Amino acid sequence: MSASPVITIRNLNSHYQGHQVLHDVSFQVPRNQITVIMGMSGCGKTTLLRHLVALKKTGLNQIEVDGKDMGKYQEKELSAYRRRIGVLFQSGALFNSLSVAENIAVPLKVHTALPGEIIRIMALIKLNMVGLVDVADYLPSQLSGGMRKRAGLARSLAMDPEILFVDEPSAGLDPITAAALDQLILELKETLGMTIIVVTHELRSAFDIADQMVVMDKGRILQAGSPDTIRESGNERVQQFLRREADQGSLKTEEYVAQLMA
Amino acid sequence: MLRLVEALGSWGLRTVRGLGRMGIFFFLMVRGAFHAPKKYHPVLKQIHFIGTKSFFVIAFTAAFTGMVLALQGYYTLSKFGSEGLLGSAVALSLIRELGPVLTALMVTGRAGSAMCAEIGIMRIEEQIDALECMAIDPHAYLVTPRVMAALIALPLLTAFCNVVGIFGGYLIGVELLGVSAGAYMDGIYTSVAWNDVYMGIVKSICFAVLIIWICTYKGFYTGVDEGNFGPEEVSRATTQAVVFASISILMSDYILTSILM
Repeated sequence: MSASPVITIRNLNSHYQGHQVLHDVSFQVPRNQITVIMGMSGCGKTTLLRHLVALKKTGLNQIEVDGKDMGKYQEKELSAYRRRIGVLFQSGALFNSLSVAENIAVPLKVHTALPGEIIRIMALIKLNMVGLVDVADYLPSQLSGGMRKRAGLARSLAMDPEILFVDEPSAGLDPITAAALDQLILELKETLGMTIIVVTHELRSAFDIADQMVVMDKGRILQAGSPDTIRESGNERVQQFLRREADQGSLKTEEYVAQLMA
Repeated sequence: MLRLVEALGSWGLRTVRGLGRMGIFFFLMVRGAFHAPKKYHPVLKQIHFIGTKSFFVIAFTAAFTGMVLALQGYYTLSKFGSEGLLGSAVALSLIRELGPVLTALMVTGRAGSAMCAEIGIMRIEEQIDALECMAIDPHAYLVTPRVMAALIALPLLTAFCNVVGIFGGYLIGVELLGVSAGAYMDGIYTSVAWNDVYMGIVKSICFAVLIIWICTYKGFYTGVDEGNFGPEEVSRATTQAVVFASISILMSDYILTSILM
């Protein structure tokens, strides 16, 4: 693990509509490595991700990026941080009215003064990285689910981010497409030296790509460490998750509502 | 009783919070004009969407409104033997009142609803979140170009509506009911003053801001308060946007008329 973590999360608590979604979440994101945050649906993974990409307001001294407190970010610092990151949303979040290439060109058009032809070439380079150069002029609605994810990944790479956040890369994809996307994420780390944070509940995918893992349940971290540490964990809940065993007995109503709210 | 007080209090809080958020949204919409994205000005595209694509619906509405005005005006004026004033009646009604209001209502129904739905879908599909994560101000990117386009398109559409309406009135008044063409046109020439045109322009500018503000605001916050980002929220937001924008247009029309009279 690198000596200087890129992101340090300390006792992060988060609430949504009166319910506490995250409870004292603390861990570090090592530089140039892949950190996988995993857990059951509704365990607070996505809320954690929204804090990390600054879509959800964070209190003071809860998240530090390169030693700077995210809670103290002013508008300029927030904008600077967001230029350092790339985010692949679960749905791809492509703009439906723009072609795939135009989608990738959006951040380049807004943040650079490059001429249109150069921006188009840069968009095609990014699409080539994800193997989608042939569908550059297609609309997102004309693509398959896997292609949309890869196009979303290409857009998140448009500004050459230092940190890449990926939300559920394998969700809704067939095993072959999911494996290809995992391979792509590994290549990005190895070739570009990116720090990558992946949120997923797909065990196979998580163990394939992770350098470090964080297992969450009901808004709390059950265990964090290398994939081997997680595999050998003595925590019964972690083992239950790894063995894909259903909960004994039905969920209590309050727990179900809390999970839904999360 | 306690529940009633609680419900009232909750409604009050929601309303105040909503109004505050609308105020901030307006500020961010205006601020967007000062740091619009570099080299990316979709204002022309929006002028095409709001203006050019509304031409036919405005032309139809204006023509039939002018025709009805002429019919009704002729009936009323003929009671006093003043059919010669038909041109003045049609032109003044359209330029001061009906032109701006009808144009604004038509643009709300055609373009405002579409804008709200488009931005609402962007919200539920995390596209607005994606913009924020790309360090792109969603207000400057999505809202400001639309308000700039509406500020250009609406006064022009209103002028177009007035001309077509007056022509519709001419067809009925002169060609069908036999009013003298000279009297019809002279009535317009002598009665319409700059102040009337000015009132129409001011109204159309105010309506442009209102339509975009309300429709984009409703789309932007689709499902946010409810915590539900399903498609039914888009339809609800769109309905609310059209209803609120239409009511605001009619209310502000009265206020503007009373100020500018």
